[in-house]
Amino acid sequence: MSEPLITLEHVTRTFTVKGQTIKAVDDVNLTIPEGEMLCLVGESGCGKTTTGKMIAGLLPTSTGRILYRGKDIATIAGNDRKAYRLGVQMVHQDPYASLNPTQTIYDILAAPLQHHRFTRGESETKRRICQLLEIVDLTPPDDFLEKYPHQLSGGQRQRVSVARALTVLPTFIVADEAVSMVDVSIRISLLNMFARLKDEMGVGVLLITHDLALAKYFAWEGRIGVMYLGRLVEIGPAREVVEHPQHPYTQVLLSAIPEADPEATRAKQPIKLRSADMPSLLRVPSGCTFHPRCPVFAGEVCEKIVPPLKKADWGSEAACHLVQAHES
Amino acid sequence: MHLLHDFITGLWRESVKTFKILSRNKMGLFGFSMTILIILVSFVGPLIWPPETSANVAEINKGSSAEHWLGTDFQGQDNLRKIINGGRDIVVIALVTGVLSMLIAVVVGSFSAFIGGRVDSILMDFVDIWLTIPKFPLLVVLATVLALKDVVMLSVLMAILDWPALARQVRSQVLSLKKREYIEAASMLDLGTPRIIFRELLPNMMSFIAISTIFEMTHAIYQQTGLVFLGIVPYSSANWGVMISAAERRGVLFNPQAAWSILAPMGAIVLFQLALVSFARSLDEVFNPRLRTGV
Amino acid sequence: MTEPTLSVRDLSIVYQARRGQVQAVRNLSFDVERGEAVALIGESGSGKTTVGLGLMRLLPATANIVGGSIVYRRHVNGSSSAGRETEVLKLQGNGLRQFRWRECAMVFQSALNALNPVLRISEHFADTAKAHGYLSGYRQGTALRERSWRLLSMVRLDPERVWHSFPHELSGGMRQRVLIALALLLEPQLLILDEPTTALDILTQRNIMEVLKELRDKLGFSMLFISHDLALAAELADRVATVYAGKIIEIGDVRTVFRRPYHPYTIGLIKAVPTLTSDKSSLVSVPGSPPDLIQLPTGCKFHPRCPLADERSQREEPALIEVEPGHHVACWHWTHAREALKSYQAETQIP
Repeated sequence: MSEPLITLEHVTRTFTVKGQTIKAVDDVNLTIPEGEMLCLVGESGCGKTTTGKMIAGLLPTSTGRILYRGKDIATIAGNDRKAYRLGVQMVHQDPYASLNPTQTIYDILAAPLQHHRFTRGESETKRRICQLLEIVDLTPPDDFLEKYPHQLSGGQRQRVSVARALTVLPTFIVADEAVSMVDVSIRISLLNMFARLKDEMGVGVLLITHDLALAKYFAWEGRIGVMYLGRLVEIGPAREVVEHPQHPYTQVLLSAIPEADPEATRAKQPIKLRSADMPSLLRVPSGCTFHPRCPVFAGEVCEKIVPPLKKADWGSEAACHLVQAHES
Repeated sequence: MHLLHDFITGLWRESVKTFKILSRNKMGLFGFSMTILIILVSFVGPLIWPPETSANVAEINKGSSAEHWLGTDFQGQDNLRKIINGGRDIVVIALVTGVLSMLIAVVVGSFSAFIGGRVDSILMDFVDIWLTIPKFPLLVVLATVLALKDVVMLSVLMAILDWPALARQVRSQVLSLKKREYIEAASMLDLGTPRIIFRELLPNMMSFIAISTIFEMTHAIYQQTGLVFLGIVPYSSANWGVMISAAERRGVLFNPQAAWSILAPMGAIVLFQLALVSFARSLDEVFNPRLRTGV
Repeated sequence: MTEPTLSVRDLSIVYQARRGQVQAVRNLSFDVERGEAVALIGESGSGKTTVGLGLMRLLPATANIVGGSIVYRRHVNGSSSAGRETEVLKLQGNGLRQFRWRECAMVFQSALNALNPVLRISEHFADTAKAHGYLSGYRQGTALRERSWRLLSMVRLDPERVWHSFPHELSGGMRQRVLIALALLLEPQLLILDEPTTALDILTQRNIMEVLKELRDKLGFSMLFISHDLALAAELADRVATVYAGKIIEIGDVRTVFRRPYHPYTIGLIKAVPTLTSDKSSLVSVPGSPPDLIQLPTGCKFHPRCPLADERSQREEPALIEVEPGHHVACWHWTHAREALKSYQAETQIP
């Protein structure tokens, strides 16, 4: 497929809080091909969740546009619009709030199927629901149909959320911290399930998370994008970004992550930042937003000029004045 | 046709399930049965024990006795009989005003809150204006034009006057529920506004709706009693509210023996409200699956 | 050999729920030595949070401590013999208030709820001091302010900036550090931390961990971490205990538990957490779900999810036995668990 599924062109999103403007997302450009496993990582306030919501259509862009199959989602109409609305679905973070507590699993999954006429009649609906439950590893499916959400565990609820998203045959799922509130021991199986969705149904997934180790695992075949204060500062193949980070911020993050291995983690030397304070979104630094804290700060050029995202090594792109591609 | 059949079987299944849940909650069962009993007595009772037509001077203001379980009133008529006959109006007012006002309030309030924006502003401005209308004076005016004697007419009128306040309450509830993630998911699945409101939002507000309806019912009962007291609603048939008012006027307060004439109708109203409230509280279990023990 | 600062023996706590009794903690025993950092690692339904609340006697009214003992020993500076010994479960009223915060303090998760939103940070310190009878030894006002400011600097906060702020004006990481400083106000010997780094950013987490390390070196208190985060344990703990269904199923030195885990659950947990260097194929989830604490399975509570479960696992619950010096495990199959699970996981990728 030559045409990318989703394109972000100079997407910016500002919020006005008490008369002050915050640029939650600043000039983000991104192309997402069909069936891609993409991970957006960053710390709180970096804009990853806002970007996810804009892709899902829950928030409009302030400037810039988002294209779905080449069409601007702000002006899309008719069949194309319906295709977009059903094509991009969302899975939320909180398994305890994402399912309607007054409905059984059957009700929750039957609603979209019947409303959009994917199935007709009870038996066809039930068959399809059981199929979906099996795709998300909730077996045997009959056990779950009459249950209410509060009778399921957190991991099971997340699976139902995914099944619900799958009812409308999406092309892309935005998973906002979808495994963060789930027990550690089952996160991997949820991520494996997402991978299966890509393999078996061609569904692309955007996972938004702050956990880089998880990101590497999830986007093994895909890409990781690192965001900082609303800007995309690095993007590249997942393994490369983690093993050969190009942008100083990525390097700092990776060096700071505590790991589940006493030897490795205690031997780690976290890279020291120039300043410990995280700048507020209300007073974003000029030029490269990372410059007040950047360990390889290079003076005026970093203070004055916003670095564009450009080609770096190992197939990644990084937004840093000091990064240059060495291979041709 | 297929859909209708599915709908009816679904409804039946739901009712059976609901009844099973209700029957496990003692208070709810009490409330439910008592409500049914009162309704039955109020509608069927008068056919079996029609109101006494003439006064019985010898028996005026007698206390409780074997012959008159609840004593007699200022006309010598049996209080128990009057109670049996006095329930109908009250039940009609409670049900019609309560349910009708709540229905309008829910539709207006939830759509207004969910759609938001201009629609919300316009509707809420309308509600606010409506709320400033003084109800009793309006009723006085209307009493000159309409036949407020008819209980159903009066109920509908009260419903029309009361729904705006309820609509505001419904709106606040919906506004807070709107932000829940499962509602956002429903929007993403493009389920359509009416469906989201009626199938996703409202079921999560049912206990609020039920309790509000009950309160509205009791409010309506007392409102009617007040209207009789003020003479706005003509003294037609003797219902419980009217019984209280009449007894007070006839100086029951000064005659201890005649206390039953006030206590009996008061007791009947209180019992009716108690039944409704108990029933409503048990509905919480029906509407919130999390509270059900081992379904 | 100094006696441990904290000795928990056979602690059992139950909650009363609508459906029945929740056995949150069952005969749990462990020690925290002087100046040591112990991590209790467990997932939802393991009972670890209940243990923490129980130690501080902060359990809700529906909970009941039905058995066991919690002995706290205050060490007198310099001496190697035990100082005062207190049975925490028997404390009441004033004694309990003295114990809380002066001997043992708790740092909760950095949610906005842990700090009173209408009080400034300065007032939090003043309130805490007053509530726990701090003022008998120190004068309020200057002395309190001095000490508080010193603690705020120790947790890498700027006291000037933070002192007059309200909680909502501070970031999550800053609030967490305020909570730590508050906890240390009365110089407790034992600090209990409940999920101290959950929901915090990577750089903030790193900051907090460095702060805790520094504080421990400077002030020498013992720490008890309660968390699901293996990385936290790997980074900060001296000893790690895995908690499952209200019991400790493995406990030992942090390095040996990570390098040579014996219990299938511990093994599963370690294998389920991705690290930056782990390979994709080595990661597997633990199948199944945590047990229902109202209706626990028979025998070993982990057996429904354990690939090594056999007839004995179903019948008898294993007790903790010492398999290496200082390393205890409660499992019938500890001798061959690691090898068996390696081959098992190669077959089944999706649990």
